[in-house]
Amino acid sequence: MNNVDEFVHQPAEWLRATGPASDIVVSSRIRLARNIAGYPFLQKIKEAQRKELVGVVQSAVAKSERMKDAFYLRYNDLTDLDRQFLVERHLVSREHAEEEGDRAVAISSNEVVSLMVIEEDHLRLQIFQSGFNLLEAWRIASGIDDELEKNLNYSFSATLGYLTACPTNVGSGLRASCMVHLPGLVLTKQVQKVLQALAKLNLAVRGLYGEGTQATGNLFQFSNQITLGQQEEEIIDNLECVIRQVVEHEKEARQYLRDKRKAKYEDQFWRSLGVLKSARVISSQEATQLLSLVQIGIHGGLVKSDLTIQDLNSLFLLIQPAHLQKLANKILSAGERDVRRAELIRERLVKVSI
Amino acid sequence: MNCNICGVNEATIHLTEIINSQMIEIHLCETCAQEKGTDFKTHFNFGDLLANLADFDKAVVVGEPKEGALRCSECGMAYTEFTKTGRLGCAGCYTSFAKVLVPLIKRVQRASHHVGKKPSKISRDVRTSHDLRLLQDRLRKCVQSEEFEEAARLRDEIKQIHDAMKKSKKAKNE
Ligand SMILES: [Zn+2]
Ligand SMILES: [Zn+2]
Repeated sequence: MNNVDEFVHQPAEWLRATGPASDIVVSSRIRLARNIAGYPFLQKIKEAQRKELVGVVQSAVAKSERMKDAFYLRYNDLTDLDRQFLVERHLVSREHAEEEGDRAVAISSNEVVSLMVIEEDHLRLQIFQSGFNLLEAWRIASGIDDELEKNLNYSFSATLGYLTACPTNVGSGLRASCMVHLPGLVLTKQVQKVLQALAKLNLAVRGLYGEGTQATGNLFQFSNQITLGQQEEEIIDNLECVIRQVVEHEKEARQYLRDKRKAKYEDQFWRSLGVLKSARVISSQEATQLLSLVQIGIHGGLVKSDLTIQDLNSLFLLIQPAHLQKLANKILSAGERDVRRAELIRERLVKVSI
Repeated sequence: MNCNICGVNEATIHLTEIINSQMIEIHLCETCAQEKGTDFKTHFNFGDLLANLADFDKAVVVGEPKEGALRCSECGMAYTEFTKTGRLGCAGCYTSFAKVLVPLIKRVQRASHHVGKKPSKISRDVRTSHDLRLLQDRLRKCVQSEEFEEAARLRDEIKQIHDAMKKSKKAKNE
């Protein structure tokens, strides 16, 4: 048992399903990139310097009022499963998990804060907030940044600001992003149109979706692309402005589905629920897609049940491979996971009857 | 449709990224998608981006012999190494590669100066020039929104800082 296992039974901050507009904006995240003066960036750093840096940051974290109770996890102490588990919870990036060499991550017990040490940059501070809450996330991030900086010397240039390994992060080092659930826009086939309309706004939009109309998860991530020449609040404000419009479009699309495509909309919901409640073997991709469809039905009040959006959200995480294995307390093959996943879903959906 | 990376497996995952007003679609098979990392990682490949900047000075991107020979005096990274990975070797690279990097940053970021937050532990000079830039940024916005009274006030403040800088420079030289 290590610190990582304590997270298994709590909902990740970004899936708590609370906060403003959380039926559409699942979560908000602020990421700050910082580097420590006197140490080369990732490409050129030596093993001894890594070790030293991990220690230097650890003592700065220990002196930070807001971070002193965080778990400081050295990668050498983590199993492969632990690493994958942290990736699934978005507490570390896949790149950080798969890197070689000494590195660490500090995670607050409520999972709001994660500080990756020696990622692409020496420090990658991430703050998660459930729902549409970028400014609060920025406030927390900036406060921790101030505290850490008291005991660390950041690389900072008078003209370019915070210096980062990749010039696309230079300046503020700030990446603000929101994960947005857009099943309405996907089902009404408007999502491409909306994304294209946003294309001229210096924003990055990534969607993860499957072939044709078979969307998987219907989740999109919106983030700022430019990090230089704008104040942090300005960057956040611009992004919020755009997301607010997308949220309106999504609401309209969901309303349209309810009013004009009632039969089809209800059919998709009940079929999805039916499959989830009866499957004996299910892949994470299929389960994710079906859960997304069930989610808008629950939001739309198609069924009266005690099942909350938080229940659904935490299920979305618990059916991921490393989470299933953590719950089972052993390594499972892909085939075994598909069986466990189906079992878990049936168990959790008992609250809602067809 | 086949996967864009391995070219063998059927693509089942489709990523859309919008980069500098261009929509780029990436089609991946499940295996390659896992490797590429679809966990909503937000940075994009700098190399791809460079390749997309068609009207960008080719010599800088590819590295003419002159630029190709550039090397960071602090960490030893060659400029050609940077164009391959899109990642710099150390903070000193920004100075060593300034001649080629500054126009590139201006192009990608559409700005050349930081106006956001700054650390508390920086030298007086760095602080002053940063403060000055913040005031100039505010001045620009005031002029844009036609708040001329505030603009005039900011102009005075900027002038004062300039004068103080000149004075202290003079004092240093004497
Ligand atoms: Zn492939
Ligand atoms: Zn260097």
